[in-house]
Amino acid sequence: MAEKKGVSGLKKRKDIYVMRLFVTGASPNSARAISNLKKICEEYLKDRYELEIIDVYQQPAIAIDEQVIALPMLIKKSPGMERKLIGDMSDKLKVLKGLEINAVNL
Amino acid sequence: MKTSNSKKQKNDNKPLLTLQKAPTGIAGLDEVTGGGLPKGRPTLVCGEAGSGKTMLSIEFIVRGAMQFNEPGVIMTFEEQTEELAVNVASLGFDLQKLQADKKIKMDYVHVSRSEIRETGEYDLDGLFIRLGYAIDSIKAKRVVLDTIENLFGGLKNKGILRAELRRLFAWLKDKGVTAIITGERGDGKLTRHGLEEYVSDCVILLDHRVVNQISTRRMRIVKYRGSLHGTNEYPFLIDEEGIAVLPVTSLKLDKGITSDRISSGIPSVDEMLGGKGFYKGSSILISGTAGTGKTSIAANFADGVCRNNARCLYFAFEEPPQQIVRNMRSINLNLDKHVKAGLLKFFAARPTLYGLEMHLVAVHKAIQQFKPSVVIIDPITNFVSIGSLREVKNMLVRLIDFLQNEQITVMFTALTLNDMVNDQTDEAISSLVDTWLLIKDIEWNGERNRGLYVMKSRGMKHSNQVREFVISDSGLELIDVYIGPDGILTGSAREAQVIQEETGVAIHNYALSRKDREIIRKRKVLESKIASLNSEFESVEEELNKVYEEEELRKQILNKNRETIQSIRRGSENKDEPKNTGK
Repeated sequence: MAEKKGVSGLKKRKDIYVMRLFVTGASPNSARAISNLKKICEEYLKDRYELEIIDVYQQPAIAIDEQVIALPMLIKKSPGMERKLIGDMSDKLKVLKGLEINAVNL
Repeated sequence: MKTSNSKKQKNDNKPLLTLQKAPTGIAGLDEVTGGGLPKGRPTLVCGEAGSGKTMLSIEFIVRGAMQFNEPGVIMTFEEQTEELAVNVASLGFDLQKLQADKKIKMDYVHVSRSEIRETGEYDLDGLFIRLGYAIDSIKAKRVVLDTIENLFGGLKNKGILRAELRRLFAWLKDKGVTAIITGERGDGKLTRHGLEEYVSDCVILLDHRVVNQISTRRMRIVKYRGSLHGTNEYPFLIDEEGIAVLPVTSLKLDKGITSDRISSGIPSVDEMLGGKGFYKGSSILISGTAGTGKTSIAANFADGVCRNNARCLYFAFEEPPQQIVRNMRSINLNLDKHVKAGLLKFFAARPTLYGLEMHLVAVHKAIQQFKPSVVIIDPITNFVSIGSLREVKNMLVRLIDFLQNEQITVMFTALTLNDMVNDQTDEAISSLVDTWLLIKDIEWNGERNRGLYVMKSRGMKHSNQVREFVISDSGLELIDVYIGPDGILTGSAREAQVIQEETGVAIHNYALSRKDREIIRKRKVLESKIASLNSEFESVEEELNKVYEEEELRKQILNKNRETIQSIRRGSENKDEPKNTGK
């Protein structure tokens, strides 16, 4: 439960994006999701995001707590409502919509 | 896998490798499937909403955990685990406790399209991991996925879903777990999303039909690879003890037969049946019009059985048990005593409570629990109100078959509505039963009496006579009817005839004695006449004799005189003469 501490510590800044990405080892989808998401975050959320990458194989109990079915899955904890995104994050527009990032220049 | 392999070796004594089966523990289902679900393979259970899919799968897991020491995982996609636990608590399944004991593991999978956005390629590894984790944590042998098709509602990409489901079922097989996957019935297909394409080892279809406002649950094994199985629709029941399936049409005519007899409880009826009563394990039909005493005969039979310390199960489909007990008191039968002793059990239900098949299941269950040696069903007629004649007959065929297999004697009562057709009975089961007693109303001389016939009784000598069936305060009795020039006389007419005959005899006797006296008198007269004639004859005879004697005497005297005269004449010179004449 170390990741929860991190979340609460970062909750002080309201516009900080707290996200968890659930992946399965080094599967192609997972690898793509990690790189795609990192690219998006670097582009739109630079220095205001906290991304935790969890390998579900290592922590299967978390999968039950977080209702993980489809993988890879990204959970945005804050700001605002909790959002779940699944897939390899290749659809950038949907990812941004899902994370409620207002990208004016899109 | 290792554990399942070692188990396989343990069970496998036969040289030929046949399909291993995992018993479900569900009453009847194991018989229909020939031993259970295919072990280590997934089974698809499909049916409409409310057809009992979840109940079947939960019972499979619970019984597996409790009876067969096979822990199980329940992954539910519909109901929260807490809800599910509450729902099945009514069946006496304590899921929470089982979970605490590590016998089962429940996982609720929630997928909602509104909460999830799809951003590209994905797979269902999360589901695999959760399931794998749950299986490994309790070393599960059984898995239930209820209802996995809900994923189709939560996820848009059907292509991925299908591919993943295919992978999931293959993976379950690899894991060696016996799995039940439930699926909602779709239009023209077994399941809405075609799960039957992926799960093809065993498919069970559940059905819940309502005909004439009466619902019946049915089950059918659509396919079962590598195994024989019953192909019919089997009715099943969900009650407070779970599911009970009835393998109804195992119609083999290879029953064990006994020639033991069982008394009908009425000595005079036994007498009509060769003096010993019914055959044990046979079926008896009592039919008659309303109020002819069918229930009384049945109650007498029950009483007789209980008095011999055997068990009797009485299915009352018309009257409440208390009413039967009360009514039978009026004919000197104390059934209450047997009920208290646990020998007699009533099972009362309105026929319209549920469908025929469900009744059959209920009857089966009750019989299997109580294990009676005699079953009475009173009456079967009311079943017609919930099914066609053909259906009722089918049901009774199955019931008789089951009972005869179990060597249970069964007595049915049936109401005949129309005298014109009563030779066939409404339920047309007369060909099925072994003994058929018919009670007929004999209406004559302004009163109604009952006549009892033995219509048939297989394999025993039986009376061809009509007997008058009398119900009195002291019980039931059969009386020989009077057959006279006017036909059959019963009731008061019979009594009158008997009195009339008695009068006739008395008069006859009186006449006889009068004649006798006259003869005696005549004889006396004649005898006295004979006596007087005799004495007359004697006097005549005497008279005659007297004449003879006088004549003789006279002769002698004459002779003497002559001799004297001669001697006088000759003097005494010729002395020899008198000597010669004397000679």
